[in-house]
Amino acid sequence: MNNMKPVHFSSAILGFILAAGFAGIRAQDVPDVGPHPPQPAKHTESHIGNITGHSANARMDYRRYCAGCHGDLGDGQGENTPWLDPKPRNFTLATFKCRSTPTGTLPTDEDLFNTIGRGLTNSNMPIWNTFTRQQRADLVAYIKTFSPRWEKEKAGEPIKVPAEPPITIESISHGKALFTKLECWKCHGPQGKGDGPSAATLTDSQDNPIRPYNFAAGKDDSRFKCGSNNEDIYKIFMTGVDGTPMPSFADTIQPNDAWDLVHFLRTLQVNRRSRENDVLRSAGGRIPPYVEKPSDAPPANPPGSGAAGGGN
Amino acid sequence: MHMGMQSRQRANTWGRGFLTGALILIFLVLSGGQPANALPAFARKYGLRCSACHESWPMLNFFGQKFKDNGYQLMNERDAPIWQNPSYWPVTFRIIPIWHRVSTGKVAVDQGSGITRVTTNGFDLSGLDFHTGGTLEKNFSFYVLPSSDATASFHFETVMARLDNLFGSPWLNLKLGKFELDNLLSEKRILTLTGNGGIYQLYHFMPVGSGNIFGQIGDNQLGLELMGHSFNDRTRYSAALLSSTDGSVGLPYGSAYTGFFTFSQAFDVGRLGVSRVGAYAMIGEAPTFYLTSGGTPLGGTGVSNKSFHREGFVGQFYFGQHFDLQVVTQHGWDNAWFGQGYGDPIDTAGAPNNLPGTTLPVGAQAPSWNGILFEPHYVYSPQLIFIGRYETISMSQQANGPQSAAPSPSNLGNISTYTVGFRYNPFMTSRAGFAWHNEYNWLHQDGTGPLINSSSSNINSSELLMGFDFDF
Repeated sequence: MNNMKPVHFSSAILGFILAAGFAGIRAQDVPDVGPHPPQPAKHTESHIGNITGHSANARMDYRRYCAGCHGDLGDGQGENTPWLDPKPRNFTLATFKCRSTPTGTLPTDEDLFNTIGRGLTNSNMPIWNTFTRQQRADLVAYIKTFSPRWEKEKAGEPIKVPAEPPITIESISHGKALFTKLECWKCHGPQGKGDGPSAATLTDSQDNPIRPYNFAAGKDDSRFKCGSNNEDIYKIFMTGVDGTPMPSFADTIQPNDAWDLVHFLRTLQVNRRSRENDVLRSAGGRIPPYVEKPSDAPPANPPGSGAAGGGN
Repeated sequence: MHMGMQSRQRANTWGRGFLTGALILIFLVLSGGQPANALPAFARKYGLRCSACHESWPMLNFFGQKFKDNGYQLMNERDAPIWQNPSYWPVTFRIIPIWHRVSTGKVAVDQGSGITRVTTNGFDLSGLDFHTGGTLEKNFSFYVLPSSDATASFHFETVMARLDNLFGSPWLNLKLGKFELDNLLSEKRILTLTGNGGIYQLYHFMPVGSGNIFGQIGDNQLGLELMGHSFNDRTRYSAALLSSTDGSVGLPYGSAYTGFFTFSQAFDVGRLGVSRVGAYAMIGEAPTFYLTSGGTPLGGTGVSNKSFHREGFVGQFYFGQHFDLQVVTQHGWDNAWFGQGYGDPIDTAGAPNNLPGTTLPVGAQAPSWNGILFEPHYVYSPQLIFIGRYETISMSQQANGPQSAAPSPSNLGNISTYTVGFRYNPFMTSRAGFAWHNEYNWLHQDGTGPLINSSSSNINSSELLMGFDFDF
């Protein structure tokens, strides 16, 4: 530096500092630079175990990671929305697919927390497990600022999930019978390939086309919309996927029936290794016809296969 | 003479005002900028904003690092190109028109006192990069990067294919080709652009007079890399086997190999974010003797390999959403033969060749050094980032020791450099990237200037740069 003419050095530094300072000042004035989403009037918290999330801390993360799809206002109208299928969640409606709570109720903070970390299969929602738990909790709190429902209602009570009964060929057989009786096949198709006769007509609660889940796709790493283990599938039956045509069967089938259905659906994942497929293979690869027992009386009001789910 | 000084002062004053005014004017123009109609390859494939993967483009954040480690995949059902619109075009172009002022001290010239400072400024271009990469099929990824200098002379900066998630495990990924070494603080994604500030000095350091071009961890290298990571990318490792060619194609040297190894672990630090610490080591050997024809060394004949190594720690520390600090250390060591200039007579005219019977001069010793770089970032928002860097490298042992006929000063070749700058992105979408870039770099090196009064002199260089860094 000793050999550098002071006037040159100072002119360079001065020019730089002025430009940088000006940029900083402009940054505060130009809405396109600062954190975009408006600061919510009401501070919201989330509670995940011993972590408390604060909405105020998530503004920048929301803009950096979420707003491109979900929109600055949380209305699902980000700049990428026109090209996405399915469409991003509209947080202003507070209708969420993946819940541990009964249909039509708000999810728990932990449900939203898990959804962020798990991502949503068959959509553009990535697995955001690179966040810290605190970041995710803050984002959950931030998402809750978009709808007044969170101020008026409490989250639903998580459903009870009974212990999973043993996987037997009888259980799989009964599950198959329920699959037929409950008309799951109308949307998901007889082989669970998502190609049932109603599949092409389905829409979500925003009137956007939606496709039923294809059980046969994917291999060992296949996931469901709201998880990947048997308990997650059980919850999908019993809570429904709000905002989609997938209803809740909580009032229709008994817990053991739901488990039988879970066991059968696993066998539709023909390319996935599972205990259910092992049992089926041991039984010769064929599901025997289910012999109805007196306790298996048909449900009084079978749900319609294309009916809109809970939600709002 | 007096009039001449006044004239220069007026010119300097005018220049200062012009510079300041021009920068402000450009910023004003940019503030009203509109999104460009362009398509960066990955963002448009997945419909994510650039900011989802980049702390500030092109530097990756943790989500972007995980995406890269997964083979440019989000690990969902839409990673394979078969799920893309047939018109999907996985190519991104990047070029940077700039204005810069470069000042280099103690340049030997024929006129005047024979030594002068050379300062020049003007408009210029960077080279052009054609980035094309992505997936060929689920868990088969690739990257091809033809890159040019500012005169459009092209070379292949990166050409690699990768088998991702072998046996369904993220711990096994195999890459073959020419690729960037697994440096957590990536020089290829550096946020600065000046000649000396646009590289990490640590990644290219060579002691004065050294012939070892092979230990530059910042250069893309040819080889095979096994890399793995945990599902959430908190734990990472890599092991690469490289040809000791510094990335040059055509087997120009000998049949020598170099290993490059990394390991890192990230930690959740609550509100502060995710911080990562890691270590790296490069251990290799390269030839010093080449067969000759008519006295000219023949390519591909290198033998009499000598060893070298580099090792260090890396830290990526985050302090909330706005501030982070990147740290890299290095200890380097070269065999004494490299210190005497042996190693690359193919590309370096006049470099010595370790012919049979050659002996090292008295006092020759293995050069070694230590260095560290600190790079703090202040992220005002995903669109505006302020960057600083301080790097220093200090020789711990010179190639010509005290017993030499001409022992080297202990500080010969030491480097200190500072860089400051900011990048402002007028828009932020999943379609294109644009940054107004401003940067100032100052570099000091001991003892590499011309002799003054029979002793070596130090060199100071500086560069001020403003440019439009865009890709589409």
